[in-house]
Amino acid sequence: MSYTIEGKTGPWELVIGLEVHAQVISRAKLFSGAATVFGAAPNHQVSFVDAAFPGMLPVINRECVAQAIRTGLGLDAEIHLESRFDRKNYFYADLPAGYQISQYQHPIVGRGVIEIEGADGTTRTIGITRLHLEQDAGKSLHDQHPAKTYIDLNRAGVALMEIVSEPDLRSPEEAGAYLRKLRTILRYLGTCDGNMDEGSMRADVNVSVRKAGEAFRTRCEVKNVNSVRFVMQAIEAEAKRQIAVWEEGGVVSQETRLFEPGRGITRSMRSKEDAHDYRYFPDPDLLPLILDPAWIETLRADLPELPDAKKRRFMAEYGLPAYDAGVLVAEQASAAYFEAVARGRDGKFAANWVIGDLFAALNRTGRSIETSPVSPADLGALLDLITDGTINGRIAKDVFEEMVASGEAPGAIVTRKNLRQVTDTGAIEQAVADVLAANPDKVAEYKAGKDKLFGFFVGQVMKAMAGKGNPALVNDVLRRHLA
Amino acid sequence: MPLDPATVRRIAHLARMHIEDDDIPRLQTELNGILGWVEQLGAVNVEGVKPLTGAADMALRMRDDAVTDGDIAEKILANAPERAGDYFVVPKVVE
Amino acid sequence: MSLIDLTLAQARAGLRAKTFSARDLTAAHLEAITALNPTLNAFITVTPEIALAEAEAADRALAAGTAGPLAGIPLAIKDLFCTEGVRTTAASLMLETFVPPYESTVTAKLRDAGAVFVGKTNLDEFAMGSSNLTSAYGAVTNPWRRAGDDTPLVPGGSSGGSAAAVAARLALGATGTDTGGSIRQPASFCGIVGMKPSYGRCSRYGIIAFASSLDQAGPMARTVEDCAILLGAMAGFDPKDSTSADIPVPDFQAACTRGVKGLRIGVPREYAAPGMPDEIAALWHLGRDILRAAGAEIIDISLPHTEYALPTYYIVAPAEASSNLARYDGVRFGRREDGADLIEMYERTRAKGFGDEVKRRILIGTYVLSAGYYDAYYLRAQKVRSLILGDFTTAFARCDAILTPTAPSAAFAQGEKMDDPIKMYLNDIYTVPASLAGLPAMSVPVGQSQEGLPLGLQMIGRPFDEETVFAVAAEIERAAGFSARPAIRAGVSA
Ligand SMILES: [Mg+2]
Ligand SMILES: [Zn+2]
Repeated sequence: MSYTIEGKTGPWELVIGLEVHAQVISRAKLFSGAATVFGAAPNHQVSFVDAAFPGMLPVINRECVAQAIRTGLGLDAEIHLESRFDRKNYFYADLPAGYQISQYQHPIVGRGVIEIEGADGTTRTIGITRLHLEQDAGKSLHDQHPAKTYIDLNRAGVALMEIVSEPDLRSPEEAGAYLRKLRTILRYLGTCDGNMDEGSMRADVNVSVRKAGEAFRTRCEVKNVNSVRFVMQAIEAEAKRQIAVWEEGGVVSQETRLFEPGRGITRSMRSKEDAHDYRYFPDPDLLPLILDPAWIETLRADLPELPDAKKRRFMAEYGLPAYDAGVLVAEQASAAYFEAVARGRDGKFAANWVIGDLFAALNRTGRSIETSPVSPADLGALLDLITDGTINGRIAKDVFEEMVASGEAPGAIVTRKNLRQVTDTGAIEQAVADVLAANPDKVAEYKAGKDKLFGFFVGQVMKAMAGKGNPALVNDVLRRHLA
Repeated sequence: MPLDPATVRRIAHLARMHIEDDDIPRLQTELNGILGWVEQLGAVNVEGVKPLTGAADMALRMRDDAVTDGDIAEKILANAPERAGDYFVVPKVVE
Repeated sequence: MSLIDLTLAQARAGLRAKTFSARDLTAAHLEAITALNPTLNAFITVTPEIALAEAEAADRALAAGTAGPLAGIPLAIKDLFCTEGVRTTAASLMLETFVPPYESTVTAKLRDAGAVFVGKTNLDEFAMGSSNLTSAYGAVTNPWRRAGDDTPLVPGGSSGGSAAAVAARLALGATGTDTGGSIRQPASFCGIVGMKPSYGRCSRYGIIAFASSLDQAGPMARTVEDCAILLGAMAGFDPKDSTSADIPVPDFQAACTRGVKGLRIGVPREYAAPGMPDEIAALWHLGRDILRAAGAEIIDISLPHTEYALPTYYIVAPAEASSNLARYDGVRFGRREDGADLIEMYERTRAKGFGDEVKRRILIGTYVLSAGYYDAYYLRAQKVRSLILGDFTTAFARCDAILTPTAPSAAFAQGEKMDDPIKMYLNDIYTVPASLAGLPAMSVPVGQSQEGLPLGLQMIGRPFDEETVFAVAAEIERAAGFSARPAIRAGVSA
């Protein structure tokens, strides 16, 4: 697990912390009644409050607070019964009030944890420093006019949760695993859709490098990276840049940078030159947010089973290996699908089909588990047909492909195409006799000791029976005839 | 802690207000006068005192999560100094 | 009696008795505005067509028996309240062309009660000032003159236009806002009554913010009862303002007749600081005598942190203002000056759009919040603010209301006190403590200076106990019998 980057002066360790901005799922904005739906016409989801018109005042949305509490509970974090809103003052074209309402001194959620899993299956606990609620800014479009920037405030005022990790991450892979895990938890909780393409999850990446055993060196913040892949690339690029600076005798200065995916580099952000003096102070338009412990308990009671717990349960209840369980719980929908198939059946058998055949089919057809052409009930029915010997495993693959293509139920396909497994020993005896009679030379070779020809005979018999022979019976009969 | 001209300039820039060089001595005098005067608060013993952020002695009231506003683009843009279609327009921003 | 000399209560009775019509009443006031506003500059915007239409609607409602409590009453609205479709400037060039597409809650309530708005009154720019000299639309002239002296005087501020309009009989009442004394001090300077309610009593929605934790709307009128009637219509819970108090609005008008028998009236010894002019001290004495004679008990109280209120205010208010006024950036509304890039556009817009006093306060506010200075200035000021509130809480365990002078002087001339900002700030020395503590406080004209100018006394109440404040104010008003009138008023001179 000790990832390092080799420099001219030897290996360097990475120290990484992530600040993730996750868009809260809510109908209306954090402090106004305007809608939050993605993709509306410019400035059509804007109220006078969002556009910071004179005399406009913020009023907080209860559901956004609930979502922050749910998320805090899902991260095993302390929920602060009293929190406050501060103003973070800076001028920017898409920040209408000239300040962002955020939580600086007293966030709603304190310390928590996320467990991540390395490629080798080992787990590591990453600390969460805090989670706070804040407003999103609007959107600046720089590519509409050569000399102008266009401003759309639809997103201005949408609730964000800023989730800050401890500087516990040590490699791009760990950062990727952390982000994926966080995304999974948020999606389970229904507090953020985790859609990075639409900007509902964005990461600010804090990176520094050091020699083994050293204290932390100066870090830089790479702003607004919007995919897991880019986060990993940005970390590597920024770490390499810093290593080069140190090794050339320079000093890394704390600054805000931007990742350019196309060029694979980070560059200094001009617009943030004096952004360090945000002049935070308590927002006098708002009052302390005091939470009723009973409300928190209600929210806790309604939490769904979270991925770690579900994974442990899948391993215990269905006898799944850790890997399978991990794959299945990554998305709530696949976990639910799996459970619908596995309930009352063999868990490992069900997992193999879901992870193997079903996921492959979804991949191939570009569908998601939610729009799967094969329902869990039908997949379960298919497994039952195998288990009760109606069809064999070989034929089941064909039936499954047919199900994917047509959506037809497995029983109907088996009947229509007459795919029932043949268990009639007479028919098998006949097919075996025919195959052996047709291949006297092979029989002789087999009997002379070429054991691996047994497979050839099985294949020939199955072919003669159009694949429908019961494999166990075919083996038995063959063995007997060849003995 | 008297303000020097560079601090006056820095504060004006933070507040995004252009000030003429000629105005700096006057502003420096005025601001230092006010700051010197408010510094008498240094004489108050505030140890252990909880800061008062506002005069309203209440907890924050929360509203329901319902869409009750928006879809008034024309009103939002009606006072705009410059617009293009339904966008506000500003001089090019370099990030 | 002419229509413009009526009190609001008398006008209401006259309208209901059909002695005159709302249209006549409004027309008389519009006529007075036409005659006197060129001299007084009390209004930035006059809206005669709207006013007459509203008056006619009031007449119909009165005839139909559906009239609201303020049907047909001509009011002046401080140009800090956003009024839908009517330009709202905050007396700043920044908002010279700003027409709000929405209505403030307080003005909406007044409209719902049937009031007629004759126009938007002048003020110190963004309500920052105590003289009305910082308005981008020119100074307001106080309708009062020193005896035998024609020097134009300031009306006080920031609600100076409202105070001048009411004193000169250009409206029966007006809205003001008070952050550190902006209703009470001009009321005292112009010889009228002004009430700053408890913080949270009137909604701040749609009022252009100066310092959010201090700003409160309130009524200005010629009698205590008129203020009570107006506040009854202005006050009330508003879900659009998170700091609005969700408590019932009592019958303020009824409270005016309660009397003061048995009330304990606190007189804070710290207000009697050396340097209080004799005539102010005498006025304060008179107030005590009046209340004692009416059956109240006068008790000596201490508000030990009084001397720190003003410096506390001049940290807290500019800090909040520096943030509140960041939205005036030339992007979505208001003035814009072109610039080569965004930052230059901001800096030029804000340099041109704001006047000197506003800039001064933005700079101070920015400084006291900036990195390295927050704790020394802003945080310390908030702690002192806490001590000031504590002083009042302790005092109110022993008394029911507090009596003080409203201002340290009578109205001054337009050129005076201009050399040093702090001299100007000292105008609010008696009004600021109640603002910091969020308490209801009111100014009532009680006497005149040696030069014949009006002087007011201030009464301060417990949080949300405006009723006691009205009771005390009404008692003093009755006994003082202040009947002097300003030199410039409608129907007298033009
Ligand atoms: Mg951040
Ligand atoms: Zn943030």
